[in-house]
Amino acid sequence: MSEISDKFLYSKDHEWLRLDDDGSVTLGISDHAQEALGELVFVEVPEVGDRLSAGDACAVVESVKAASDIYCPLAGEVAEVNLALADTPELVNNSPYEDGWIFRLQPEDATVLDDFMDADAYSRYLAELEDQ
Amino acid sequence: MHYTCRLFLLLDTLLGIFDMGKQTGLYKRHVEAGAKLVDFGGWDMPLHYGSQIEEHHVVRNNAGMFDVSHMTVVDVSGPDSRAWLRYLLANDVARLKLEGKGLYSCMLNPAGGVIDDLIIYWQGDMKYRVVVNAATREADLKWMHKMVGDRQVALKERDDLGMIAVQGPQARQITAPLLPGNVGKAALELGAFESLEQDGVFIARTGYTGEDGWEILVDAQTADTLWAALTRAGVQPCGLGARDTLRLEAGLNLYGQDMTTSTSPLESNLSWTIAWEPADRDFVGRSVLEQQRQAGVSRQFVGLVLEGRGVMRTGQRVNTAAGEGQIVSGGFSPTMQCSIALARIPAGAAERCEVEIRSVFRPARIVRPPFVRNGEIKIQQGSKNNSNVPGGDLL
Repeated sequence: MSEISDKFLYSKDHEWLRLDDDGSVTLGISDHAQEALGELVFVEVPEVGDRLSAGDACAVVESVKAASDIYCPLAGEVAEVNLALADTPELVNNSPYEDGWIFRLQPEDATVLDDFMDADAYSRYLAELEDQ
Repeated sequence: MHYTCRLFLLLDTLLGIFDMGKQTGLYKRHVEAGAKLVDFGGWDMPLHYGSQIEEHHVVRNNAGMFDVSHMTVVDVSGPDSRAWLRYLLANDVARLKLEGKGLYSCMLNPAGGVIDDLIIYWQGDMKYRVVVNAATREADLKWMHKMVGDRQVALKERDDLGMIAVQGPQARQITAPLLPGNVGKAALELGAFESLEQDGVFIARTGYTGEDGWEILVDAQTADTLWAALTRAGVQPCGLGARDTLRLEAGLNLYGQDMTTSTSPLESNLSWTIAWEPADRDFVGRSVLEQQRQAGVSRQFVGLVLEGRGVMRTGQRVNTAAGEGQIVSGGFSPTMQCSIALARIPAGAAERCEVEIRSVFRPARIVRPPFVRNGEIKIQQGSKNNSNVPGGDLL
């Protein structure tokens, strides 16, 4: 059973989002997602200053099995990226909710965060997926 | 109503059982060791036991073990065995002059396509042991029985045996004392592709990783005991994930991916496995191969090393100066810390090409496999940005 941190919000594409005190949002992928992907060998992050719309393919995680796009779940400007992932992509596997964060975004409209799932809702969502 | 529900539950359970793949005698060991299991040719096999990349490095640097009991073992005997095998296989069992010696060969169809690749060992007199793939079991057995016809050849499938491959530079030294009787001492004398059978143990100095090691065939109970002893001796269980990256680095073909019934060994880097001499030996597929050899094949089988980031995957398009080709096996090389692949591209293409990875053409170098053998990188690597990666000191 994968770990679900109750400190975050979640998207249906298995990204986690954390609203920070300065109004920016940090994003990564959930433990469930990293486990499904398998061991990562490359992570391509966006560039600081990139303006992203919701649904834009903004990062790529490439594992021993396959490559997957990460779609930006909300609009905003990239404020910071996790440079450590260039040399140590396995941080996403080993620490998906902390050291394996992918990028930080200054959102255009933080109220859209209300549309995402909390830990309980995400847990139910995963259970539903498993039943299918 | 209650009864209906129960019936459905029961049906569900039964279907669940039928849904499950076949299990090797070591299945419980895999579950105990926390393996992630996947379906492979109808078998529930370990993909990895936590980290396939660590398992890969363990085999390159120390010793790892693989449960390969799913592979198909067939014993061939009878007075016509030798003559029949010389007709059945593209390589020539007459080359086996030393008892116990093994030979890698393709089994071809009349059109020169590859039905399977295999290793055959000569066990003295008219006795041979053949190890073929798991996913091709039914097609192989059907073909072999058909080819026997009215010859005096007996085929006996040995599904009573378990098979453990222990691979890596330390594999033989660690394993030898754990084998029954004096088998270990005798086995340490085996040269490459040599086997012996003693005290109920068949052991061969072969493998599918590019490292030294043994493949050991024993009854299911002994396999279980040996697996447990190897585990206690610190040998890392390894899954199919590491097995695939190890064989890819070693430039060893994977049946079903790198060669199939519709590809010739001449366009699969397997010309060396065809015994053209003696010229009067007829074998299945020979006439077609002779024609191909004279006309020359239009495609070549090469290795690719990706420059920069990204991972080449099976099926991706390759652009060369001589035309278009395709990746047949691609992946990430844990030893080289970059992506490598086996590809079929037009004859004549050399040095450089571009691989279409997710709609972007990325430069790659055309090389001759193997990429890695006996822990050493055999391909000169460019000055890529690979300084801070684990294992970077190897470069």
